[in-house]
Amino acid sequence: MSKRTVLSSDDIRRAITRISHEILEQNRGVENLLILGIPTRGVQIANRIANVIREHTGSDVALGSLDVTLYRDDLSGQPTRAVGVTSIPTTGVSGRSVVLVDDVLFSGRTIRAALDAVNGHGRPANVRLAVLVDRGHRQLPIRADYVGKNLPTAMNERISVKLQEVDGVDEVVIGD
Amino acid sequence: MELLDLANEMSDVNAREIKKIPTLLGKTVVNLFFEDSTRTRISFELAAKRLSADVINFTGKGSSVSKGESLKDTAQTLEAMGADAIVLRHFNSGSAHRLAHSGWVKSPVINAGDGSHEHPTQALVDAMTIRASFSSDPIGKDLTGIRVLIVGDLLHSRVARSNLILLKELGATVAICGPSTLVPRALEADGGLFYSLDEAIKDFSPDAVLMLRIQSERMEASYFPTEREYSRVWGMNKERLRKLADSAVILHPGPMNRGLEIDGDSADSEKSRVLDQVKNGVSIRMAVLFKLLSGERE
Repeated sequence: MSKRTVLSSDDIRRAITRISHEILEQNRGVENLLILGIPTRGVQIANRIANVIREHTGSDVALGSLDVTLYRDDLSGQPTRAVGVTSIPTTGVSGRSVVLVDDVLFSGRTIRAALDAVNGHGRPANVRLAVLVDRGHRQLPIRADYVGKNLPTAMNERISVKLQEVDGVDEVVIGD
Repeated sequence: MELLDLANEMSDVNAREIKKIPTLLGKTVVNLFFEDSTRTRISFELAAKRLSADVINFTGKGSSVSKGESLKDTAQTLEAMGADAIVLRHFNSGSAHRLAHSGWVKSPVINAGDGSHEHPTQALVDAMTIRASFSSDPIGKDLTGIRVLIVGDLLHSRVARSNLILLKELGATVAICGPSTLVPRALEADGGLFYSLDEAIKDFSPDAVLMLRIQSERMEASYFPTEREYSRVWGMNKERLRKLADSAVILHPGPMNRGLEIDGDSADSEKSRVLDQVKNGVSIRMAVLFKLLSGERE
């Protein structure tokens, strides 16, 4: 079994900083922006993006988390999944520019479920997607607007994103 | 505890404008009710519908049960029509266990109250309500240190029996109180046993008081002299309410006999969590249905 680190902690920091600036550029500031992290590690990445935005602009951006378990299309056929925390700021999602944040973009099914989950809370003005790693192999017509790193992978390879807050270390490892 | 946390997430769904999620789309839940019920049946029905499952409501009355069809045949018939889960309320103790473990049906069976035996989802509702009353951020917390007093007809109460098991499991200290004729000797409570509600309030100083319904329909003999006598010694009223701690709450699984085990002032007071219990009932049952119906069946 081979393992190699494809993103170091510096790489992750730079990628998140760049994504944050791209979000600010496209949205022309923090106005109307709502950043939603998808549990588990999307939440921490969303927190970091919000921190970078705060450092850079001096203003707080609306931040929440969105669990998509209840909207998945693959609930039957595998063990019961744990449901994570959903917290949407009281201002809601209606009319907001929502940025979904996840760690790895793979089949696209999580994001499909996330789009349904967002609709359950209201009708956003637009929805964009930020991911730390895009590993390819999409099964649905979904793409990310902001990508930390494109990592072409084989189907049987495993990408694991480790973050300080959850795993005690910042790195992205590829193995099989 | 996992179920309680899950129910907290489900209650977020119930607070939204669009109270429906597609999780159990295409599944069928049968409410098999051989005994009357308002809260439990409707909350199971709402829970299933909010998860997008189809619901069939079946009551003993007006069906082939009145022609003498057995529980086994009824359940097998419903399963043959494609039921994925059976919610069973039956007047015989142990009926849910029998249906689930006899191999009669393959679908999961949820006990929605069996005779005087158990009512597990109601105990979960009570635990969730108590937890939310003493913690603003209840996720991941148990009931350690919380003192719960269960009062009334413990002999016939399936709610009490399930609560004794669950609350103890969650770390709460539980005491019981009631007329000696209605408190079975076999019941064990680590917080003690009281024969007078005044004494219990004074000596046990409970954080939560769970009032049980006097189940006249299950009483074949007279267990206490008169209703007035019962409500005087064991009923919750304005004066006893005042003697409780400021933060204490009152629960009642419903339906309430106002003026018997609980008076109108207490039932409508700020300490009463009766309507929260009903609201949490839907969330708990959504959590239970999700847990049983999503994922692989062995």
